[in-house]
Amino acid sequence: MSDEAVTPDEAAAPTEPSLKPSEAAARALLNHVEFDLIEAADRAAKAREEASAAERAARCQKSPVKTRARIKFRRIGLYAFLISITCVWLMPLLVAVYEALRTNSDVVRNGIFSIPESLTFDNFITAWGSTEPSFPQAYINTMVVTIPAVIVVLIIGSMVAYAISKYSWKANLLVLMLFTAGNLLPQQAIILPMYRLFSTHLLPWLFTDNGGTLLYNQYIGIIVIHVLFQLGFVVFVLSNYMKALGNEIIEAALMDGAGVFRIWAGIVMPLCKPAVAAMATLQFTFIYNDFFWALTLMSTQDKRPITAALNTINGQYYTNYNLLAAAALLAAVPTILVFLALQRYFISGLSLGSTKG
Amino acid sequence: MADRPVASAAPKQPGESGLLGAAVTPPSGRRRSNRFGRPSFLDRAPFSMLPFIGRQRWHLLTRRDKLILAIMVGIPLVLDVALIWGSVLVDALWSLTDWHGFGAMTGGGPSHQFVGLDNYIQLVSGTYPFFWTAVVHNVFWLAFLMFVATPLGILMAVILDGKVKGLVIYRTVFYIPVVLSLALIGIIWQLQYAPDSNRGWIDSVLAWLGYSHPVVFGLDIPFVKDIPFVGQWCRDVSQTDWVGGPLAIIPTVIAASWRHVGYITILYLAGLQAFDPTLREAAAIDGANARQTFFKVVFPVMKPINIVIVVITTIEALRAFDLAYITNGGRSPLELLSTLITNNALSESTRVGFGSAIAIVLAVVSLVPIVTFLLMTMREEKQ
Repeated sequence: MSDEAVTPDEAAAPTEPSLKPSEAAARALLNHVEFDLIEAADRAAKAREEASAAERAARCQKSPVKTRARIKFRRIGLYAFLISITCVWLMPLLVAVYEALRTNSDVVRNGIFSIPESLTFDNFITAWGSTEPSFPQAYINTMVVTIPAVIVVLIIGSMVAYAISKYSWKANLLVLMLFTAGNLLPQQAIILPMYRLFSTHLLPWLFTDNGGTLLYNQYIGIIVIHVLFQLGFVVFVLSNYMKALGNEIIEAALMDGAGVFRIWAGIVMPLCKPAVAAMATLQFTFIYNDFFWALTLMSTQDKRPITAALNTINGQYYTNYNLLAAAALLAAVPTILVFLALQRYFISGLSLGSTKG
Repeated sequence: MADRPVASAAPKQPGESGLLGAAVTPPSGRRRSNRFGRPSFLDRAPFSMLPFIGRQRWHLLTRRDKLILAIMVGIPLVLDVALIWGSVLVDALWSLTDWHGFGAMTGGGPSHQFVGLDNYIQLVSGTYPFFWTAVVHNVFWLAFLMFVATPLGILMAVILDGKVKGLVIYRTVFYIPVVLSLALIGIIWQLQYAPDSNRGWIDSVLAWLGYSHPVVFGLDIPFVKDIPFVGQWCRDVSQTDWVGGPLAIIPTVIAASWRHVGYITILYLAGLQAFDPTLREAAAIDGANARQTFFKVVFPVMKPINIVIVVITTIEALRAFDLAYITNGGRSPLELLSTLITNNALSESTRVGFGSAIAIVLAVVSLVPIVTFLLMTMREEKQ
């Protein structure tokens, strides 16, 4: 249609004087078609609903008892499956608890499936004091590493996440990928150069208690490696979270003259509280559970954290399963408590990493 | 030609868009070195050529702000790249040598020679028999997690997503192993696998059923004995304990699954709970049953989570270390690529060059799922 072919009533349309007549006509046509389509779809949906409702009704009419019975049967099957698999899942822990509460001779004499001669906490008491390193020492070692590492990794990780998610750089995606990929790499792939680097005498003139190495066999070294390795995960999750926050408030703050650091500390971090809490819970369990770094980069038994100490305990108590069970449970208690208390944060932390990723 | 007039000429609010922000003078007295004002040194070459000088919000920043941002990202990035990716590079270099020189820097000895691809050839050709065994173990680990543990985790998530009584109990039971370290899980499962009908409950159950550990897998059963693979395994297991025979990898990976299933359940349940309920309603209206709804509607829509799960499962399988190490030090019959690295270069011997070659194999294999995942994420990001 050209401009010349103007029908009078379209040209005189008072509502949209600026509209080209051809455009108006096209729009009218389109509206009509669209309306038709919607109507048709509506009708089809209604028909389908009716049909399926009728079908369902017919099905129920045919054998109402049978269907209900089948549903009930299925329900029972579901619960039978759930309960049995839950029992299987609980079994290893229950066995550990049961063994830990009994004496070695009792189990040897009567077998694991037997009424205990007596229940005792002796195994826990023995395990608490006699391991190498002793449990209190191992807990302290773990906390000396875990708490600073969690705090530092959250601070640095949130800064990086903030800088790459709130300020558009050309390479921010690349930066994010480098961090994330670094976290996904198996630790064993980089241990040899790390070991070498850590045990290098970085400052020969500085005499530390370890013959001059600053990082190897030092708490600080384990903290550094944890921060470095967990950084990728924290950056990945927090930057996803921050992307979802609005930019307006940051722009407003910038206009008001706040510096980027103040915006991070005063605006972004408070807004990210839920994500940071989730990450803190998750990082605590991750770092607490670390076995590999402490095993390879910490050579003094007495300085090893609890999970790496388990390796020694394992060798020490190889013949006494009851003591081993007690020691394992003692090591498990902190994470299980943290999990039970902060379950919500733990789960949301894991899902933050996966649902938007 | 009458064009549509501008709808409204009302002034936009400051701070509404990044572009307009530049035109509005900030109320404070801070001098903004924006692109309309005096250029900052960061805007000049070579800084302007840095890829990270962007447009959005950048002009609102002072010189100091830019410096702070550069420090915020720059220092962690440099450390991360240098130490993690640099380590991979160093591994690659070392893998071409026959270096034994661990320990003191000076006492390394003369053996630090370039040997080309000798280490790799030694691995692939089978002169070092543990390598291919380890590869098979890792592949089995992956296959078991991927085709047994992960589907079970998804099934649990689907069940727990429905209306189930006592949800909290099931959920807690499945989630607790996830917070335990794999080393600890190794110890807990040692208790289960204890090779004595008085100790391990598995053997106790077998004894209760009338079998003792050696008999149930022994040579007495003619049918089982004749199955090629299984028969051999039964004979081996009957000689020793569950985690001592040549196929100890099977019980070990079952212990790993104890944790992995819960992990997958958490991830998948989160996805299911974020799932658009209207899609499911639509499927129900169209007469789809529960199975059809899951496979034809839910599963395809959950593609992003499916990818995450596949990547996590693969990485877990490649990273497997703790369980094998706590069980027997990661030696035969539980050797994995990861334990071969440490055992070759950190503990028993100090064949750094050779260990590095295994590390490179592990890194390269791991990069396949990592890069795939990142490329998919990037594509999603760009959309």
